[in-house]
Amino acid sequence: MGSSQIDVGTTNKPLMAAAAVLLMIPIVGLLWVGSYARVEPVVAGFPFFIWYQFLWVFLCSACTAAALRLIKIARPRRRGDGR
Amino acid sequence: MIGVNYTALAVLVGLFLLVTVMGFWASNWRRPKDLESLDEWGLGGRTFGVWITWFLLGGDLYTAYTFVAVPAAMFATGAVAGFFAVPYTIILYPVIFIYMARLWSVSYRHGYVTAADFVRGRYGSRELALAVSVTGILATMPYIALQLVGIQAVLEVAGLGGTGNVFMNDLPLLIAFTLLAAYTYSAGLRAPAMIAFVKDTLIYLVILVAIVYLPSKVGGWANVFEAARQKMTAVNPATGAPIGVFIPAAQSYWAYATLALGSAMALFMYPHSITATLSSRSRNTIRHNATILPAYSFVLGLLALLGWVAIAAGTKPIGLDGKPNAQLVIPQLFEDYFPAWFAGVAFAAVAIGALVPAAIMSIAAANTFTRNIYREWIKPHATHAQEANVSKIVSLVVKGFALVFVLTLDKQNAINFQLLGGIWILQTFPAIVFGLYTRWFHGWGLLAGWAVGMAYGTMTAYNVVNPVTGNHFGGSLAMIPVIGETGYIALTAFALNVLIAAVVTVVLDVVKAPRGRDETTAGCYLADEGDPRVEKRVEHTLPAI
Repeated sequence: MGSSQIDVGTTNKPLMAAAAVLLMIPIVGLLWVGSYARVEPVVAGFPFFIWYQFLWVFLCSACTAAALRLIKIARPRRRGDGR
Repeated sequence: MIGVNYTALAVLVGLFLLVTVMGFWASNWRRPKDLESLDEWGLGGRTFGVWITWFLLGGDLYTAYTFVAVPAAMFATGAVAGFFAVPYTIILYPVIFIYMARLWSVSYRHGYVTAADFVRGRYGSRELALAVSVTGILATMPYIALQLVGIQAVLEVAGLGGTGNVFMNDLPLLIAFTLLAAYTYSAGLRAPAMIAFVKDTLIYLVILVAIVYLPSKVGGWANVFEAARQKMTAVNPATGAPIGVFIPAAQSYWAYATLALGSAMALFMYPHSITATLSSRSRNTIRHNATILPAYSFVLGLLALLGWVAIAAGTKPIGLDGKPNAQLVIPQLFEDYFPAWFAGVAFAAVAIGALVPAAIMSIAAANTFTRNIYREWIKPHATHAQEANVSKIVSLVVKGFALVFVLTLDKQNAINFQLLGGIWILQTFPAIVFGLYTRWFHGWGLLAGWAVGMAYGTMTAYNVVNPVTGNHFGGSLAMIPVIGETGYIALTAFALNVLIAAVVTVVLDVVKAPRGRDETTAGCYLADEGDPRVEKRVEHTLPAI
């Protein structure tokens, strides 16, 4: 990659869109409170409302990690050869 | 009241001394040629990689006050006021994933240290930049004060204070804060970055032990949730309504969701979050962190549940003045159930947990003052060394102010202001985040939107009256006009802010009002580490005068 190529380069648009969807999933999932504001099913004493939100900690991490991978592919790092 | 817990206190003091030594030593850590610039003193040289940033941001965002207040809210009023912190700190990460990398890039290329620096460069409007910086400082001050409230809660349960001698009561806090001020002054952002390792390790240790050990002592998790349900659904004689919320019902859905979303959008508008982000080494460091920071959210969720464990345990959080104080519930729970030495470790976790955010917040507020008020309005040609000096002094002033605030005024003032701070800081979102993507908004339009959002948010929050005490600033929820549901005031004010900004922009464009100069280009928002077009201010190459 040439050193002059520093400004907005090519970006893989469909991959970026897929990353955006991945990022929206946890936001929509957790803001839709009606989908999880209930007690049943209880697991190991924990009401659904509680354990379901804990579960999202991991789902959200997975979504952002996947989005990061996609973005790195979609928009490869353009390091100027300055240093 | 039980007397002083000497074992716990000794452990607390020992760990406190350890981090004090680390704080002073931090100025030697990754030692730069000199600390006499804001890039070095205020941003740690912009060299922190993924792991240091993880500790630093975790230590910065999950503050001592959070550790005290979230379980206290769970204990007192239940899930809407307390557990919303979990969805809030989860959706936080996809939200910041989207725009913080762009802020990092443009700041890296142009040498911006604060959000207001960016606003100044993007819109060429010093008035808008002033509004953003003043809002940032105003929102940060009470937040620092609340870190002191966190330390006070621990000291109170450990048995310090309450001797009737004002000076002796406040002496431990005074010493702690003086030491903090001293090493922050000398080492800058390197000090909290270093201490964050200890803080985060202690917090993880204490919470994991607590969450495994305590429920078994009070009859298991099923019993904990049953006790919480009974307390929350009982009727409060003062209001005739249930005491709190166990699982949100339909009328609280909006409240729960808007609190989570509004808080997530607001958090990275605070100067201390931006400082920690800009101190990272490369564009994607913050994104990497967005994938691993949720570990702290998990811990915060467990901590929130400890508020309900305290219900099952029958914890009585009573202050040294003999009055019930929900803020003391977590330290009291630890004191009641842990052996004294481990209670000391737990107290240290909270107290040290207060130092990291307090240091970063004071550095961030000081950077904002220096760059956007001192250099912009008072001394335009300040050198790097002068900037660093002003920042160091302002960081002391800010901490001094927070100390006076906590020692002389009722704690409730700090809590009220912090509630307002959250509403205010979100009003800088359009200028900062929209600006990262578009120049469609007019600088004066954004300023008008900001002003209306600030006024609306402040008035609405003032008009929320606590039904029991009759005090103003009774909470952060109010009726959302048009929608007719109860929601987070900050988000309603934000919507109004955007609407006004858009309308004024259209009007100003029709009358062809001039716009300021934009010093950024599209490529600035994608720049990464090692970018050849990073702006260096000329004096870098000159010998120090």
